[in-house]
Amino acid sequence: MLSIWLNVVVQGILTGLLYGLMALGLSAIFGVVRLVNFAHGEFAVVAMYAAFVLFRAWGVDPLVAMLPIALVFFVVGFALQRTLINSFVGRPDHEQFILLVGLAIVLVNAVLIVFGPDAQPANLPYAFDSYMIGPLLIDKVRVYAAVAALAVCAALFGFFRFTRTGTAIRACADNLVGAAVIGLDVRRLYAITFGIGLACVGAAGSLMVTIADAVPSLGPAYTLLAFTIVIIGGLGSMAGALVAGLLIGVSEALAGFLIAPSMKSMFSFALLIAVLVLRPQGLLGKKPA
Amino acid sequence: MISLWRDMNRRGQVTVALAFVLLLFAPVAATRYVLSVLTLILYFVYVGQAWNLMMGYAGQLSLGHALYVGLGGYVSAALWVHFGIGPWLGVFPAVGIAAAFGAAIGWLGFRFGIEGVYFALLTIAFAEFTRIGFDHIGFVGGAGGLFIPYEQSRLGEWWNLRGSQLFFYYLAFCLAVLAVLLTALLARSRLGYQWLAIREDETAARALGIDVFWAKMKAVLISSSMTAIGGVFYAFYYNSLFPAQLFDMSRSIELILGPIVGGLGTVFGPVVGAFILTPVGELLISLTEKAGINAPGAKAIFFGLILMTIIYLVPTGVWPWLSQRLGFTRRRS
Amino acid sequence: MRFDNRTRPSRRQVLAGSAAAAAALAAPAVVRAQAKTIKIAVVLPRSGLFAAAGQSCHRGALAAPKVLADLGYAVELVHVDFESNVDVARTQTERAIADGAQAVVGAFESGATLAMAQVCEQRQVPLSINIASVPQLTEQGYKYLVRNFQTNAQLVSGGLELIKVLMGATGVQFKNAVFVHANDTFGTAQRAAMDRLFPAAQMPFPLLESIAYDPKAQDLAVEVTKIRALAPELVLVTTRSSDAIKLVRDMVRQRFEPKAIISPGSPGLYDEEFYQALGPLSDFHLFNLPWANPKSAVTQALAASYKVANPTNRFEVDCFNAGFTFEAIMVVADAFKRAGTADGPTLMKAVKATDIAEHVMTGGPIRFDEKGQNNNIQAAVVQNRNRTPTVVLPPDVAVAAPVVPMPAWQGRS
Repeated sequence: MLSIWLNVVVQGILTGLLYGLMALGLSAIFGVVRLVNFAHGEFAVVAMYAAFVLFRAWGVDPLVAMLPIALVFFVVGFALQRTLINSFVGRPDHEQFILLVGLAIVLVNAVLIVFGPDAQPANLPYAFDSYMIGPLLIDKVRVYAAVAALAVCAALFGFFRFTRTGTAIRACADNLVGAAVIGLDVRRLYAITFGIGLACVGAAGSLMVTIADAVPSLGPAYTLLAFTIVIIGGLGSMAGALVAGLLIGVSEALAGFLIAPSMKSMFSFALLIAVLVLRPQGLLGKKPA
Repeated sequence: MISLWRDMNRRGQVTVALAFVLLLFAPVAATRYVLSVLTLILYFVYVGQAWNLMMGYAGQLSLGHALYVGLGGYVSAALWVHFGIGPWLGVFPAVGIAAAFGAAIGWLGFRFGIEGVYFALLTIAFAEFTRIGFDHIGFVGGAGGLFIPYEQSRLGEWWNLRGSQLFFYYLAFCLAVLAVLLTALLARSRLGYQWLAIREDETAARALGIDVFWAKMKAVLISSSMTAIGGVFYAFYYNSLFPAQLFDMSRSIELILGPIVGGLGTVFGPVVGAFILTPVGELLISLTEKAGINAPGAKAIFFGLILMTIIYLVPTGVWPWLSQRLGFTRRRS
Repeated sequence: MRFDNRTRPSRRQVLAGSAAAAAALAAPAVVRAQAKTIKIAVVLPRSGLFAAAGQSCHRGALAAPKVLADLGYAVELVHVDFESNVDVARTQTERAIADGAQAVVGAFESGATLAMAQVCEQRQVPLSINIASVPQLTEQGYKYLVRNFQTNAQLVSGGLELIKVLMGATGVQFKNAVFVHANDTFGTAQRAAMDRLFPAAQMPFPLLESIAYDPKAQDLAVEVTKIRALAPELVLVTTRSSDAIKLVRDMVRQRFEPKAIISPGSPGLYDEEFYQALGPLSDFHLFNLPWANPKSAVTQALAASYKVANPTNRFEVDCFNAGFTFEAIMVVADAFKRAGTADGPTLMKAVKATDIAEHVMTGGPIRFDEKGQNNNIQAAVVQNRNRTPTVVLPPDVAVAAPVVPMPAWQGRS
């Protein structure tokens, strides 16, 4: 019995890490640019299809493909912010919301037209392998994806902590007026941040392909998941996003096992409500000044 | 309400009166297809207006209004199916329960200072939570759905909301007109001004001695009650209810597109928005078909692009821009 | 709008003929009623949530006109996409009827089908349901609706009965079973039917537990862990399409090998994506469903037409959706031929009097009871073999023998 419990928890942790990575991109966009990116999940789906195509056409493993995809997504994000989205920064939430919902509708249906409605599996050669460690049975793909997610997080953490641009972006997030006063090019920094946010989504989507099939209609669920994690973890806290991802992953796994699998996402929403009410700054967020 | 009328110049008054008369007599000329689209538009005018009160006037962003539609529909339908209690009576508990949920969300949100996108997520969380909950309530069929029998013999029973397309058209028409009038009334009431003050600057409003909490609570209560009545309409119009169909986030989003595109915080914004978006959707279906584009999803792509274009060009909505362009409102000095 | 090329000339003839007749009789209404071709709106969810199934049904509709023409029926199809949205289903049905559709076929999803049923009822236009299993459809008192498809209760009872047949034919005994289902409209209705029918069916094995899962779940690892803990010999499933993939994949990863995985009447195990995703691992799963009767001449004709209309898809895989969609159209075409008119009440009377012996799906002749339900449909046992659904029982329609217990996951090719 204990071994089953352990299995469930480990599955929750591995899935949760990937959830965390998915949310990191949103954390940057929402936390720094203050943009309600309601097309977040749709971008993840597009990334899934990109990774799928790269693998099917040229046999590029999604774990490798994640790098070029993230790069392309960075460029796309940078360009989007510079052209379309910049004039919406600082505008009311609902206006941003409509713009991005429109974008989401376009993305989903473009994917539907190009790839059709069927689920598209990457079919990695190691998709069905699993490790047996004592009583534990762990999927190979989940381990790979989780390790890659951790690596991306570490790289991101390093960027924000140790590079000039990263520090400048954090300054923008903390104090926008101050950042402008000391002469930071906020527009450029925002574009970079949006690019980084999308790059994260690109990486997360590529990794997602290893454990789930690409389907056009996945978008809204991912968007909601990302927002839930960002808010539970705390806006602007990267560690928070990871912790919240883990928390959601494990609590859903346990709820699914103990109560009823069909009710497991109720627990994420209950958790979200509880955090909003009891600790609105999020688990690891800073108290608002 | 009267002041709203007075605020418009002759041209504006004539346009509004003309629209009213046209809609009143639309069934004379309209085909059944047009009538069914108009019914849908008026339904969206109604629920859009309910949302507009809360967001446009009081500034509280709800992305979970499908919750109230669902509750209103489910309560009235369950009372009818299980106990034979007609919707004219059932609408009261339906509104009561939706308002109670609204009150709970409002209380949590306003008491604990949850604002903006955070409040929006609170409303989404409640709606999704309830959706999954309803999936498991056997009494109303769970995920399998709740069905209202379609009985030919009862078709004339308009008091039980059993009627033809024409009946539902006029029902939607009445609801929409009442919602517009109520909005006009509230907009010029003490409460309406309090809402505006809160929307613009909550701290300042509090300093003026406005009971911010209660003013916001009233917005949620009115909005959720109105939306629940929309749910009753929906249930008896479609005769089938599924949690995945009623409570889904996409329904909440669909409901708020009209008011935002039309113009938030204006009396006619939700009307204009609904009269733009629903026909555009229907028109795009015929157009893509005529153009020979046989790709399911193409219509939605155009729809998404149109949404983006509108919000890019007229971010505050079509109605404010339109009424200024066409000179509907008196210039204020 | 898309018209089949073959119906075009005849439609032109009809128009020419009707013009002449109109001049002679000056009674266009009568002439129209005597048209030789019936215009049918095929309303399906080709985009949105149910796009995969909707497009699968659509492929059957594309293949239909040629087969029907060869059988002596003339149909003109109007293809409508309702975007998996009830509002659109309702308004677009109105539009199709306003544009001259004389019958409606659809709609795979129960909510939309009910919305369309009301329109058809008020317009007195026959609605021939291709797929929709919610029992209430034929219990709500609609007079212009027929369903050539099984209700959930029929699907489950037929499915359970065939498990006994399968056990008898192979001599394999199952000690116990677990039922796993998606918690959506279809899955819940199947569960309700299962709860009611399993005890009554006197199955020779106990049902240990019924497990509902969220069809939107990212993976089913925990669900599979839960099943594995119960160690059943037989897993009964009710899935949609992509979740069936997740279920089997997580079973393989967790090295859980039941003797058999059987669906007592649900989709999921026979979609192209299932074969694409799982390859050899998609083989040997069983599903007890009404299936295209491989020995029927109409089925063979449909298969041939299907290949021309949809060169990139496989009929063997699509034949459940495509077959029922074809039959729904055929029911209308046949009624029209007998009635000689597309006038609503008369046409509907003819639809109700349908008696088609030679058709596609397994079971007896297509006939409707007073509620509009066809109770003659019979399920078959179908097994995936070499990535192809293959009928294995009952013997009169089978083209191969069933393989139970299924071979281990490891070492398949």
